[in-house]
Amino acid sequence: MTDISNNLETAEHPENLRRVAIDPVSRVEGHGKVTLLLDENDHIHQVRLHIVEFRGFEKFIQGRPYWEAPVMVQRLCGICPVSHHLAASKAMDTIVGATLTPTAEKARRLMHYGQILQSHALHFFHLCSPDLLFGFDSDVAKRNIVGVIHAYPEIAKQGVLLRKYGQEVIRITAGKRIHGTGSIPGGVNKNVSLEERDYLLKDIEQMITWSRDAVGIARQLFEQNLALYNDFGTFKAHTLNLVREDGAMDLYHGGLRARSMDGETMFDHYDYGHYWDVIFEDVKPWSYMKFPFLRSLGPETGWYRVGPLTRVTQCDFIPTPLANQARMAFLAFNGGSAAKATLGTHWARMIEMLHAAELIRELLHDTDLQGTELVNIGKRQERGVGVIEAPRGTLIHHYKVDEHDQITRCNLIVSTTHNNQSMNEAIRQVARRYLDGRKLTEGLLNHIEVAIRAFDPCLSCATHALGKMPLEVELVDAEGTRVNVLARSANHM
Amino acid sequence: MNDTFQLDGASVPFAPGQTVMQAALAAGHYIPHLCYHPEFKPHGSCKLCTVKIGNHTAASCTMPAEAGLEIESDIEELNALRRTLVQMLFAEGNHFCPSCEKSGNCVLQALGYDLEVHTAGFRHMYPDRPLDASHPEILLDFNRCVLCELCVRASGEVDGKSVFALAGRGITKHLIVNSASGLLKDTNIALTDKAMEVCPVGVILKKRVGFSKPIGERRYDQRPISAQALDDAPRTPTGAKHE
Repeated sequence: MTDISNNLETAEHPENLRRVAIDPVSRVEGHGKVTLLLDENDHIHQVRLHIVEFRGFEKFIQGRPYWEAPVMVQRLCGICPVSHHLAASKAMDTIVGATLTPTAEKARRLMHYGQILQSHALHFFHLCSPDLLFGFDSDVAKRNIVGVIHAYPEIAKQGVLLRKYGQEVIRITAGKRIHGTGSIPGGVNKNVSLEERDYLLKDIEQMITWSRDAVGIARQLFEQNLALYNDFGTFKAHTLNLVREDGAMDLYHGGLRARSMDGETMFDHYDYGHYWDVIFEDVKPWSYMKFPFLRSLGPETGWYRVGPLTRVTQCDFIPTPLANQARMAFLAFNGGSAAKATLGTHWARMIEMLHAAELIRELLHDTDLQGTELVNIGKRQERGVGVIEAPRGTLIHHYKVDEHDQITRCNLIVSTTHNNQSMNEAIRQVARRYLDGRKLTEGLLNHIEVAIRAFDPCLSCATHALGKMPLEVELVDAEGTRVNVLARSANHM
Repeated sequence: MNDTFQLDGASVPFAPGQTVMQAALAAGHYIPHLCYHPEFKPHGSCKLCTVKIGNHTAASCTMPAEAGLEIESDIEELNALRRTLVQMLFAEGNHFCPSCEKSGNCVLQALGYDLEVHTAGFRHMYPDRPLDASHPEILLDFNRCVLCELCVRASGEVDGKSVFALAGRGITKHLIVNSASGLLKDTNIALTDKAMEVCPVGVILKKRVGFSKPIGERRYDQRPISAQALDDAPRTPTGAKHE
C-alpha cells in the first residue's frame, strides 16, 4: 500500500510536459475526463479526474414548492434515484415538522433496501464483473456483460434477477421502477398491500442465497488475485459514514461518524442537521465537482472516503446475521488487507447487498407495512437537512424554504462528491504503478477505469453496460498540437 | 330527436341547439378536446376538436349540429394536426411531466398519450414567469398555462369573482390575476371555488398536496382520456346521463 499522497495533483513544472487526456470517461454520471502530464521519459507528473459537467439542480430547484423536491431532484440519477428521493424527503420531513409513522418509515426503508440491492447488483454483475472475472487487460471483445453471459451464464443470470428483484421492491413502494413518487414530505403515499408483500416474499429466500453466493464470488476473486487486489489503487483515507445509535450499520438513518486514516474517531453520532459545522466544501479551478473536507483538518488533508468499504469497516456491526458474519470474515481476511484495499470495495458492496436482502425479508414480515397511517405533519420549519447512505456513500440534501413554501436555497453533497479526492488518489496510484513510463494501451486505460469503477456505480450511469466506455486518449505536445490519439467507441469495439 | 348527422360513418342523433361535440359525446363518440368543458359555454380556442365537413373544417365544440351533415373526426389527417397542436402546447410551456405534480391527472399529458405524441416536436420556449405562491393555500405556476380560459370562465360565470383573466395578445398572451397587486393573496379566491377544479394542467394547485396520490391511482393511470371523457358526458340530448 502506498501512503496518502497529493503530489500528483499538480505538476511542479507543467510547461514542458505532455498532456494525455482520457476524454470522455464514460459510465460516469454525466461527463468526466482524466488528464495525465508526462515527461519525455513517460514518467507521470500529474493525474486528475475532472468532472466537467454542470448539473445545476441546486439552482433550478430554487423557487419551486418544497413538496416537488423529492420527485424533481431524483432526476439527478437513473441508477440510484431512490437515494435522492429519500434524502430530499427526509429534509422535507424536517420542513413540515414530521415524525414518521412506523408504516411510513418502514415503507421508505423497504424502498431504500430495494435500491441498495438493485444498484449493488447492477454495479457488481453488469459493470464490474467483466473486469474482475476476465482481467483488467483481458480481450476487450469479451470484457463485457455479454462475455460474462457466455462464460459464466449462471452468475450473469443471478445478477440480472437480483437487480430485477430490487427494482420490483422499488416499483411496489414508489409506484415505478425508476423515478417513482412513493415518498412525500412527512411520509409515504402508499403502504404495501398483502398481495404485494406476498409477491415479494415469494422470491426473497432465493435473493438471499444468491447474495451470499455473490459475497463468495467477491471473496474468491480477491483470494485468487491477492497481490493485485491488495495494492491496486489502494491508499489510506479518513472515512465518513452514518451509524445507528448503537454503532450498527444503518443505511437509512443515523448520526455521522468520521474516523482518521489511523482509526482515531474524530466525531461520532454527530447530528447531521448541522453537518456544515464538521464538513466544508473546497473548490478547485479544474473541476466542476467540489471537494468536501473535514473542517477540523482543512482542505489539504481533510478529504475522506465514503461508500461500502467505509461503511462495512467503520460500523461496529451489521444488524443482520448473515451479513455480519460475512463482515467478520471480510475484516479478518489476510490480516485485514481486503478491508484496506480499494478493490475490497467490491467485496464490501456484496456484503451490503446481502444485508439489504436480509432487511427486505425482515420488513416483509412486519405488519406495519400494511398500516394506513401514512403521513404525519407537525410544526413547519425553515430549514431541512436529509442524509442517507446511498449505494455509493453518504448523501446530503439541504434546503431552505420560505414562508410561501418556495425553496430558496439548496445544497447537495452527493456520494461521488465526497469521494472526489479519493478517486483522484486511487487513479494516481494506478497511474504511478501501471502507466508510469509505459506506452499507452487499451488495457492500461482500462486500469484507470477499473479504479474509478470501484468507487462509484453511478459513474456508470451514462452508458448502457457492455463495459465499453467510449474513450479517447490524446497525446498533445506543449503547444497543444495533437501528436497521437488512441480512441475507442462503442462502434469501434 | 329524429334528426341525425353522420360522424365517421356512424349516425348521431341530436336535439335542437346541441353542438356537434355535445351530440357526439352524448351518443358515445369521442372527439379529442381540451378547452371544451360540458359545464361551460363552448370556447373554441384550442382547436383540438376540429372536425372536417366536406372541404371545410370547424371546431366541433362551437358548431351547431345539423341534420344530414357528414362529418369526419377520427381520421389520420386530423389526428396528425391534433398531435401538432398538442406538441405546440407542450413547447410553449414548461410541461416537465417528470416533476410535475399534475402528472397522471393532467389533461394535456393524457391527450399526449392518447394521441401518441412522442416528442415535443418544436423547440421549447421555456417561459420564465415567476410562480405566485403568495396565497397561503393556493399556488399558481403560470409557466404551464395553455390559455384554455376555463379558470377565467369558472371564476367569472360560476364563482362570480373574476379572479383570473388573460392579458397580452398573440404569442405574449398570458394568464394574470385580477387584483391591484397582481397577486393571488389579494383576491377573494377560495379552495371551494369552481376555478380551483377546472385547470386541465398544473397551473392552479392546492398547496401541499403534491404527489400524495400514488402512481396507479391517478385519474389517467387506468384508462385513457378518450374513455373517461365519455363517462363525464351527458348521454342524452336532454343532458341527462344514460342509466
